[in-house]
Amino acid sequence: MKLYSRLSIERKRTVWAWGFLALPILFYVVIRFYPTADAMLLSFQNWNLLGARSWAGLDNYIRLFNDPVFWKVFRNTFMYLILGTPISLVISFVIAYHLDKTRFLHGTLRALYFLPFLTTAVAMAWVWRWFYQPVPIGLFNNILSSLGFSQVRFLNSTTNALPSILAPAIWAGLGFQIIIFMAGLRAIPVSYYEAARIDGVSNWTILREITLPLLKPTIVFLVVFSSIGFLRIFDQVFNMTTNDPGGPLNSTMPLVMMIYQTAFSSYTMGYAAAQTVVLFTVLLVVSLVQLRLLRDR
Amino acid sequence: MSDTQIKASADALMRQRSTYKPPRDPVQIIRWTLLAMGAIVMVMPIVYMLSASIKYPHEMFDLNIIPREPTFENYIYVLADGRFIQWFINSLIIATVTTISAVFFDALVGYTLCKFRFRGRYFIFIAILSTLMIPTEMLILPWYMMSLHFGWLNSYWGIMFPGLMTAFGTFLMKQFFETVPDDFLEAARIDGLNEFQIWWSVAMPLVTPALSALAIFIFLGNWTAFIWPLIVTTDSALYTLPVGLTTFSVEQSVQWELIMTGAALATIPTLMVFLLFQRYIIRGVAMAGLKG
Repeated sequence: MKLYSRLSIERKRTVWAWGFLALPILFYVVIRFYPTADAMLLSFQNWNLLGARSWAGLDNYIRLFNDPVFWKVFRNTFMYLILGTPISLVISFVIAYHLDKTRFLHGTLRALYFLPFLTTAVAMAWVWRWFYQPVPIGLFNNILSSLGFSQVRFLNSTTNALPSILAPAIWAGLGFQIIIFMAGLRAIPVSYYEAARIDGVSNWTILREITLPLLKPTIVFLVVFSSIGFLRIFDQVFNMTTNDPGGPLNSTMPLVMMIYQTAFSSYTMGYAAAQTVVLFTVLLVVSLVQLRLLRDR
Repeated sequence: MSDTQIKASADALMRQRSTYKPPRDPVQIIRWTLLAMGAIVMVMPIVYMLSASIKYPHEMFDLNIIPREPTFENYIYVLADGRFIQWFINSLIIATVTTISAVFFDALVGYTLCKFRFRGRYFIFIAILSTLMIPTEMLILPWYMMSLHFGWLNSYWGIMFPGLMTAFGTFLMKQFFETVPDDFLEAARIDGLNEFQIWWSVAMPLVTPALSALAIFIFLGNWTAFIWPLIVTTDSALYTLPVGLTTFSVEQSVQWELIMTGAALATIPTLMVFLLFQRYIIRGVAMAGLKG
């Protein structure tokens, strides 16, 4: 205490700062950095949770690149991204753009659009799974058949299952994207629009020349944020394919689910760790490429 | 965007006044009608889930939303063995404790990195920020190994420890503390408050909107979290609501009205909180989102 009271005000503040940071630094080192390093280390080892960890060199990575299931999974993961991000962003932008121009019951409409964002992915996966069941159980097929259409195989078809699982993920994320888009639209000064209107510019041109360019920071954020979400999809797939995980025929299995199964069904931890390193790399590369492409123009 | 702009546009979002006068202009009428139809489609899955949960099995697959004979028997059946109540309590405790811890520490670290000048400050900030790039899924294997080693499996602590602090929240709070003028803190220092008191009783009250925004985000994230609680718990008494719902639904397999009741039980609490605090939640999500 005596030592502390002799310090200058600046020094005292430094002592406080490190005091505030002590526990957080411990947390980040033990719960974030050490596990990251350990996961990378583990990807070069073999381990089945029980025995000792043994060196495997590059075996896990070689095995991964020669595994046809991995390439299937890799393709699926990117399908979730390539379908999910553009579809969800276009829908949410169109809704936000028009909702922004609406006054009548504005708050109510906004709340209704936002509501699905607050649901639990697990609960909604089961709701949609019910909707997708064949006649006479599933809602969608019941509607189709009452309108005289033939049934659609949603979850038990290798081509339809992936988009069917993606749909609730897109649906649940729309509310968030709409709110962010609307806040972004509000940040554009009204005077720009007034000036354009005085010049007699069409609505379409205003959208293309004023709204979209000025909305770019918002768009960049949403593209990167939602892409990361779709690349990491898991909850919906896990809950909608419990009878045949990632099925049918691995057609819906994303990378995170492969990691889960490799680690906690097969207990090949080293192999799973190699997959997490691939996931990490994919997320990093996709985010950087998107930032690059969108920032430079 | 600058901080004031973000706050301004989040506020502007809320200022959009609802009117109760239907539009006259034909373009506006069409626009409103389409938006209203879209909004109804958006909530349909939730509506059908709630509707199915109060239907008898024989009525379950009819398309009508309002049941001919509404019943609460599904709820009585699902709640009877007390498992859902247990899972609900687990989720509530875990989400609450995690939120308090994360908001406290994220604000403290954000404040320290924003308002103190000391060597290593920039390095610490970059180090914390860099953890944002590491996906949770990569850390799950080492976390599981740690939990196995220290006996944290099947415990609240085991479920909670990964989320006790967040890099996102730290970054968010650092940004918001930039808006707090240094003069205020200096004045408090002259009044003889120590640094902790200055943070807690001077700086913190000035960023309450940001704190509540962060709290909503973190609570929601923990309430709906799935993969880590699924891995770290095997004892059904410690399941969180999403994990419990998965096991419950797999058990029921074809009894969809019971599955829908379970799903409704997991959804209704958040819906009620939303209806109560709608404005704050939307504003908070907009603020947190625009920052991130």
